[in-house]
Amino acid sequence: MNVATLPDTGAAPLARPPVPPPYGMLAELTHRCPLQCPYCSNPVELDRRNAELDTQTWLRVFSEAARLGVLQVHLSGGEPTSRRDLEEMIRHCVKVGLYTNLITAGVGITPERLQAISDAGVDHVQLSFQGADAATTDLVSNFRGAHERKLAFAAQVRRLGLPLTVNSVVHRANIHQIPDFIELALTLGAKRVEIAHSQYYGWALRNRAALMPTREQVFWALEIVEKARERLRGVLTIDAVVPDYYAKYPKPCMNGWGKQSLNVTPSGKVLPCHAAETIPGLDFWNVRDHSLPEIWQDSPAFNAYRGTDWMPPLCQGCERKEIDWGGCRCQAMAIAGDAAETDPACHKSPLHAHLLALAEEDAARQEQPFDYRRYLQPDRAS
Amino acid sequence: MAPALAPAGIPRLARGVRLRHDEARGQWVLLAPERVLHPDPVAVEILRRVDGARTIDAIVDDLILAFAIDRERVAGDVDAFLANLALKGMVEVAT
Ligand code: SF4
Ligand code: SF4
Repeated sequence: MNVATLPDTGAAPLARPPVPPPYGMLAELTHRCPLQCPYCSNPVELDRRNAELDTQTWLRVFSEAARLGVLQVHLSGGEPTSRRDLEEMIRHCVKVGLYTNLITAGVGITPERLQAISDAGVDHVQLSFQGADAATTDLVSNFRGAHERKLAFAAQVRRLGLPLTVNSVVHRANIHQIPDFIELALTLGAKRVEIAHSQYYGWALRNRAALMPTREQVFWALEIVEKARERLRGVLTIDAVVPDYYAKYPKPCMNGWGKQSLNVTPSGKVLPCHAAETIPGLDFWNVRDHSLPEIWQDSPAFNAYRGTDWMPPLCQGCERKEIDWGGCRCQAMAIAGDAAETDPACHKSPLHAHLLALAEEDAARQEQPFDYRRYLQPDRAS
Repeated sequence: MAPALAPAGIPRLARGVRLRHDEARGQWVLLAPERVLHPDPVAVEILRRVDGARTIDAIVDDLILAFAIDRERVAGDVDAFLANLALKGMVEVAT
């Protein structure tokens, strides 16, 4: 194996003190996916297959991640099983000591394939459900029969003795099913369920009018989750990603920009968070040109909002600046038009009322058609 | 409180739970789905002996030998620690 090559500091040494290493890496292996969820966290401009990193490059990236201090790798997409070399990547991750978490839609994966993935040494499987029943899953994912296939896949995961997490993204079209999602997770033998409220960037932003829940729905959801947590302590772990449109304080974005995790896109760009490409002007380095440790330490995109120096005066003077880190940069970009502003989800932001009005306006709409996730431009010959 | 475990039981880490040394930070970590736990030094000594072969009794014996400590206390600590992990599904005990 290749031993650390020190970054070339010959010309202009950077005075930056070493940055503490990240714990997690989201590896978006591909943007290809059989489903078309309207809230997909992938960018609106999806990477094509011919832009994807090859196997050898991914293996190098995993080795570098392990050396950098990453402990857990989340193999995601798109649909990560669309990559035929997934098993090889998992075996490599195991070899270099990385914990692997497969994040899948569970559609189109044969029992033989799952067996091979399990044999490769995957540690944990996270399966998405777009609805708690067939009609909802099939509608939201725009794939007839998706729900049935997911149920069969989940059963197979448990048969192999792999730990299972049920992941559901909730929004106006399925938020009422939260109790059913929890039941579903129990029935399937999952030890963990994620109830993640849709985050409004990329595809979800395009679909905000169809997805935004009302304030009443959000507070009802919080209460349901709290009660279920009490009731199921020791049986089922319930992790919730709470929406912040109706909250007083913003979410601590990524627990600090460039602090705990990084994200590698199918074409090799390294992002501080999956939505970071919505911020114009950020310079993302690519694993084709730089090593991962080098990117983590020196990439301009990571250093742009690291720590607290970049913060606007409102956050600079606030006692919560190292609690929520000024909130989400991408939301500041989307709503305030400036990623270096205070997240408008914060009640101290001058734009908080505006954000609330946007949310309430969208939430009050009648049923809206989904603008399903898809490749927008016809495939160009390579 | 978790019920006591059989001393003859053989504990092992459940699938999806891994103990490893984190070189970058110079510490032991217990990895589980979406969780990174930092076991204290005593917990690390116990966990390193949870190999799917040794019984709980054997683990206790081994700790006494390694650290010259009192059996009563060690047995109590090991049981409480493993029983709690078993309750969380992170450790499975074969009897
Ligand atoms: S959110 Fe849906 S469409 Fe997007 S990658 Fe996941 S499963 Fe595929
Ligand atoms: S002002 Fe900034 S740091 Fe303070 S709570 Fe609001 S977003 Fe967080």
